[in-house]
Amino acid sequence: MSLTALLIQSSLAVLSVQSSPAVIPLQSEPETTLFDPLYGLLDLWSELLTALAEATGLELLQFAFMHRAILVGLCIGVMAPLIGTFLVHRQLALIGDALAHTGFAGVAVGLFLNAVIDLGVSPYLTAVVVAMIAALSIELISEVTDAYNDVSMAIVLSTGFALGTTLISLNAGGLAVGVNQFLFGNLSTVSKESASILLVLFALIVGTVGLTRNQLLYVTFDETAAAVSGIPVRWYNRVMVMLTAMVVVGAMQIMGVILVAAMLVVPVAGATQVSRSFTESIFVSIALAEIAVTLGIGVAYYGEVTAGGVIVLVAVAVYVVAVVAGKLQTVIADEGPVETGGIDAEDGLTRSD
Amino acid sequence: MSDSPSTTESRPVVDLRSVTFGYTATPVVENVSLQVEPGEFLAIVGPNGSGKSTLMKLMVGLVTPDEGTARLFGEPARSFDDGERVGYVAQHASASKEMPITVREVVRMGRFPHVGFGRLSADDEAVVDRAIETVGMSAFTDRRITQLSGGQRQRAFIARALASEAELLVLDEPTVGVDAESVGAFYDLLNGLHDRGITVLLIEHDLSAVANHAGRVVCLDREVYFDGPAAEFADSDAVARAFGGAADLLGGDRS
Repeated sequence: MSLTALLIQSSLAVLSVQSSPAVIPLQSEPETTLFDPLYGLLDLWSELLTALAEATGLELLQFAFMHRAILVGLCIGVMAPLIGTFLVHRQLALIGDALAHTGFAGVAVGLFLNAVIDLGVSPYLTAVVVAMIAALSIELISEVTDAYNDVSMAIVLSTGFALGTTLISLNAGGLAVGVNQFLFGNLSTVSKESASILLVLFALIVGTVGLTRNQLLYVTFDETAAAVSGIPVRWYNRVMVMLTAMVVVGAMQIMGVILVAAMLVVPVAGATQVSRSFTESIFVSIALAEIAVTLGIGVAYYGEVTAGGVIVLVAVAVYVVAVVAGKLQTVIADEGPVETGGIDAEDGLTRSD
Repeated sequence: MSDSPSTTESRPVVDLRSVTFGYTATPVVENVSLQVEPGEFLAIVGPNGSGKSTLMKLMVGLVTPDEGTARLFGEPARSFDDGERVGYVAQHASASKEMPITVREVVRMGRFPHVGFGRLSADDEAVVDRAIETVGMSAFTDRRITQLSGGQRQRAFIARALASEAELLVLDEPTVGVDAESVGAFYDLLNGLHDRGITVLLIEHDLSAVANHAGRVVCLDREVYFDGPAAEFADSDAVARAFGGAADLLGGDRS
């Protein structure tokens, strides 16, 4: 897809109320059949929401672009807090922000290549590649220096953003207009292709976490004990940063580069306040994120404002409610710090002997 | 778990031969040879920066010696892959203080080396229950670990090691920040586990606790100053040599 086509498509998508015939030739669907099964899935989802629109009369459910935006939003509501839970408790929240900015460089690389050699590749694909390379670089640097370093992450973040803006400014003209959707996210520009990319990322992320949940939890909670118990900690750290790269690029479509990291952190911070266990905190953070996403998309649609901003504002409001609820929970249950020395070791040993 | 798995072992659990290691050109641990036999209760003491924690890392294969060899259960420590045989208890876990995780969730980690990518079976859960009971934490199973006192938290970590059916328990200054009363109960627990045949390897700053509970003491300050029975350690001049003016700590009240 050419750069001009992309620009026209973005502008038209904002104006169009439905996938009108005039827009169809400019849609970004490639000719390849790689995503065909996923397109089928998207059509099915679209039919479901259309039926829902007829049943409820909700205007925002009537449009195909909103169907895709809602699906992408719901997926983000699962995968961002899922990965965020592990990152936040390792005090690595900043890494999401750094990778989102390198993802922006990846978008710029995609737009640049499309403009210069008419590569016809989705900028989100180049963003995934660049963000994953950056993720591995951050991890390898931390392995060499033996610590995740605020300074090195800030450097990666700035480098990514600087590279992105430089590449974009190389193409004189109106390119910056098209960049807004990547910076701030846009509900109306979620194409079938980018929704399909997100579905693939979603499956990879949820599948990987589902498979390696034991190891990721152990490494997150107690890295040294995990290493002693034989878990290859470095490999799981690499897996975690790669998954983070996938999440931020996937979520970028709606959230935008600047706000994407909030979805990794804010729902998790809220869940931490009210959850009684780690497992519960994952489900609570996903629930909080979904509330933020659905309310945010609704408000953005009817209020004609940017979705990413509203979603984050709703998430922060939900966080504040969670903090208050958590405090009340503590007061009511009176679960303050337990008195020390209350356990008799002899009793414990005698019982089990 | 009530059996003594280590009685079947004839070779040392830990075997260090002329080990030297440094993070930079200056060695932190120099020419240390040390064998830990199955069923021993060994305490490693030494002043701050004496290389105690590094020695422990060498023993369990977290770092590789620059010179000499380190073996764990007869295999090179660095490539040892029966991780469930070793239980590790640190001063505190690396996760953020706010992490909402229950005692049960922590102890279940002990089964992870056994189940890999799979789920814990009913038998695994039963092992977890027994481990929690052994350390006297049954009443706190669903309590968030952050809501526990320092001593209770360390019990949960020991339960995790028991759940993994560890034959060697490695503890890195486990009683730092734990109140005096709980320290006594904690040592009673360690002695009980040692009586069952578990090899206990303890890094400790509290010299009086070491003298009272450990069978054997190694005093380290880059090199080994003393290696022998705890009773003899009290009478040796190793404390004065390694700790300087702090020698009067021995036998005194824990502050």
